[in-house]
Amino acid sequence: MTVIKKSGPDAGMIATLIAVLKRDLTIAYRRKQDLANPLVFFIIAVSLFPLGVSPDKSFLQEAGAGVVWVAALLATLLSLDGLFKSDFDDGSLEQYVLCPQPLFLVVLGKVIAHWLVTGLPLLLLSPVLGVMMFLSGEQIKVLFVTLLLGTPVLSLLGAIGAALTVGLRSGGVLISLLILPLYIPVLIFGTGTVNAAVSGVSTLGFLSILGAMLALALALSPIATAAALRISMSN
Amino acid sequence: MNDKPLIEAKSLFCERDDRVLFESLSFDIHAGEMVQIEGPNGSGKTTLLRILSGLSEAYEGEIYFNGEDIASARAEYFSNLLYLGHKPGVKAVLTPVENLVSYTACRVNRSGAEIEAALAKVGLNGYEDVPCHSLSAGQHRRVALARLYLSDAPLWILDEAFTAIDKAGVKTLEQLMAQRVAEGGTIILTTHHELSVGGGLRKITLGTGAIA
Repeated sequence: MTVIKKSGPDAGMIATLIAVLKRDLTIAYRRKQDLANPLVFFIIAVSLFPLGVSPDKSFLQEAGAGVVWVAALLATLLSLDGLFKSDFDDGSLEQYVLCPQPLFLVVLGKVIAHWLVTGLPLLLLSPVLGVMMFLSGEQIKVLFVTLLLGTPVLSLLGAIGAALTVGLRSGGVLISLLILPLYIPVLIFGTGTVNAAVSGVSTLGFLSILGAMLALALALSPIATAAALRISMSN
Repeated sequence: MNDKPLIEAKSLFCERDDRVLFESLSFDIHAGEMVQIEGPNGSGKTTLLRILSGLSEAYEGEIYFNGEDIASARAEYFSNLLYLGHKPGVKAVLTPVENLVSYTACRVNRSGAEIEAALAKVGLNGYEDVPCHSLSAGQHRRVALARLYLSDAPLWILDEAFTAIDKAGVKTLEQLMAQRVAEGGTIILTTHHELSVGGGLRKITLGTGAIA
């Protein structure tokens, strides 16, 4: 019964990933009001622009994509603080850190869950807001694709900041300062793609760069996040 | 008793906020031993357990598990370890069953029936599908303790496992630990309860430098 295991855990890696994903989605489903928070922020931020700046069609057409992207970025930033916080507070994170599976798998599961409950709703809502900003059908399509590639990058990069600040009493401001510089390239290429579509330039190059960012973030950020979590647990 | 120690700590040093908690602390723990870490509040009991479990890396010195450094053979060490900390690691919005499923999923294969049996053993029969936030503090802790019944890990590290547990619960737990040790399991724990597990309880005292 008390044999020392030499071969690592019985459970498979994919099973672990799915278990984490399922758990986080169940938690999100039980706390629906937390879920609505970034989404409401996103809608309000975008819809205030025509009211606050100018309802002029030509202005909105020009600024629309940028406004939607900035609002999506800030909405993601807003939701990041909670990514590891509640798990840290109740000790679940300790158990995950001590899990014999690679920690980046757990992180990946949590980040996918985070994207499904924050990034995906933003993405699905963006065409509606695009119509509100008088964007053309082509622009809305391009905006949708850039957000599809971009919002997972935002979740993945944000997880690094969330992991580094999880042990601090008030990490909220620090996350923004740490992560914002990493978000800037995503924002630039995100809005740049839509602008290229407006001026009739091929968007393929821009989209490829966004795709490359996603591939890079997907490969490296869970590892960095896992290392950051171990540092946060050490204290 | 096996000659090779299960846990071998060599000249551990740890300081916190410029205060030395322990220095040149060395000890061996063999398979089948129950070891209690003692000491006054603030003497570093929890810190030592967090270091031994591999959770904290803020120390100097070496710790070997079965002859291998725990920092380098992490996955192997973790698959042989069960750690219960101050924080129970129980998610309040999930039910006890969901909590245990997510705990076991990345460790050992356990069926739903085994999980329900473990919950019955800690006295949570009938609470399987109640969200944990509507359970009492003691019941909350019992959800965490149900992991002990699901674990086949040879090493248990229990930090204040008896907190908020009633007398009958403590008794059951003591029996479980005694049985575990008799089977060859190893337990390292801290508690402020007087343990009645019979002989064989070794004590390591922090704060005075003495090791019994």
